[in-house]
Amino acid sequence: MNEIDVNKLANAKAKGKRPYFFDDPAVERVLSITMAVATELAVNRERLDTVERLLEAGEPVTKANIDAYRPDDDASKDRQQWHADYIARILRIVHQELEAVENESLNEDPEKLADDFAAG
Amino acid sequence: MATSLPPTYDRTGQHPMSPDVDHDETARFNFLTNLNVHLNQNVFPGNRSAFENRVSPKYEKETGHALKTRQQVRQAMLGDSYYQSWAALRRNTMEQRQQAGRHVVLRQLDDLIGRAKQFNAGKDTLQIDPNAEVPRYLAAVDNHCMPGSYYTDVVEDDVLAGANYETGVFITTAGSMSSKGDGGGRSIVNFVKERFPDFSPKRILDLGAGIGVNTLPIAKAFPDAEVVAVDAGAPMLRWGHARAQALGYENVKFIHADGDALDLDPNSFDWVQTTMFWHETSTTSIHSMMKKVFGLMTPGGLFLNVEQPNFTPETPLYDQFTRDWDAWYNNEPFWSKLHVMDVFDVMAKAGFNSSKMFDGGTEADIEQGQFQPWSSIISRHKAELKDDGGSKHNAYKGERWYLFGGWK
Repeated sequence: MNEIDVNKLANAKAKGKRPYFFDDPAVERVLSITMAVATELAVNRERLDTVERLLEAGEPVTKANIDAYRPDDDASKDRQQWHADYIARILRIVHQELEAVENESLNEDPEKLADDFAAG
Repeated sequence: MATSLPPTYDRTGQHPMSPDVDHDETARFNFLTNLNVHLNQNVFPGNRSAFENRVSPKYEKETGHALKTRQQVRQAMLGDSYYQSWAALRRNTMEQRQQAGRHVVLRQLDDLIGRAKQFNAGKDTLQIDPNAEVPRYLAAVDNHCMPGSYYTDVVEDDVLAGANYETGVFITTAGSMSSKGDGGGRSIVNFVKERFPDFSPKRILDLGAGIGVNTLPIAKAFPDAEVVAVDAGAPMLRWGHARAQALGYENVKFIHADGDALDLDPNSFDWVQTTMFWHETSTTSIHSMMKKVFGLMTPGGLFLNVEQPNFTPETPLYDQFTRDWDAWYNNEPFWSKLHVMDVFDVMAKAGFNSSKMFDGGTEADIEQGQFQPWSSIISRHKAELKDDGGSKHNAYKGERWYLFGGWK
């Protein structure tokens, strides 16, 4: 029996200097933790989906049944679609920035607009 | 926003060595796979807009001249907030993929080692060398953010690197290597059988074979051949050999060695294969190992390599920049240098005759259904302005695998 620290080894840093892309590395640390939490929420949502499908099928909701559950093709696609929709929702700010990059007319400054509107 | 849906992890093929992946671990793989797909399909393309609408004009305004090199593009893009978001999310997802795969394997490591020992015990088809050197190009940096790389033993008789590689590659490739992971190897076989229908190798060497995921389809296609898979990572080979045995392969030998120190009979291999290997080496070693390969080959033998093609004068500056991403930010630094090397020149210096060199492309071989080819599901190069033409046609877009090689 090997005595290993599973969590420490799973979290190990890859050799090589880690790049930090944001101007403040603290932002990146918070993003990383946020995405990890988002991952765990998705895991829980998939588990809840399994529970609902077991209930609908009249199966006992036991840990063993949850672990043994395999989605059929329709359920598999439904669950993937949920992930896709969920990811689109949580990355809203990134997609909004892209809209702003691609369409300059979305970026008028309210301070300037206030002056414009006051003038006419 | 359009997103193709990848298969769920439970659709992957299992074998007697496969780790147990429980309900929540499967869900974690599914989320990370979908995140990876979303970043490449829906977030990455916006970098081109940021480049064209913001970064490039700003650079020209500040300096009075246009961006001229891919290094300049990279430095300029690093200051752009949209690119920062993409890059930070992508890097983090690669790290999460490693954490998820490693945790699955580590929590059952004793059981997996025990199963591997049962398959490996008493077999002369697995040769581990406790004194094998780890080449500096592997020792200095953990390729694609895989902690411990291919070679680190966490415990005695370790299989972590191999088991994690096989299990987690689904997330990285979104299942585009097919349900059994053998799509790449099958594509290589298709290329060889179509292009060289009379080729009948007796001995085949796969250099940098890892767990042999691309080696086994070759061994299956040439069942009478003796196949040798070489890698510098012992835990990859322990896992790969056990996996091959579990899948019923008797004609594949797994040998642990640094490619530069490989000690095999000269003029003894009819086919030497490498698959996505050279970009994880170095200039010194690509020269020395190709010389070694030339010496190991039988006269009339085939040398075949799967790699991403190097840049041509037609490769647009922005596309050069994006193709370098993994070099700088997914811990594969030599890739950036290989992108501007002439591999045929390296081959010529190793002894190959220019008139017997070739390159080509092969379609991804994947079953229909939820599993989709790289180009449909995970390629982030779809929006590249134009391809490089010829054999390199759309290789980065993932529509074809690029191969180059030569006959001795």
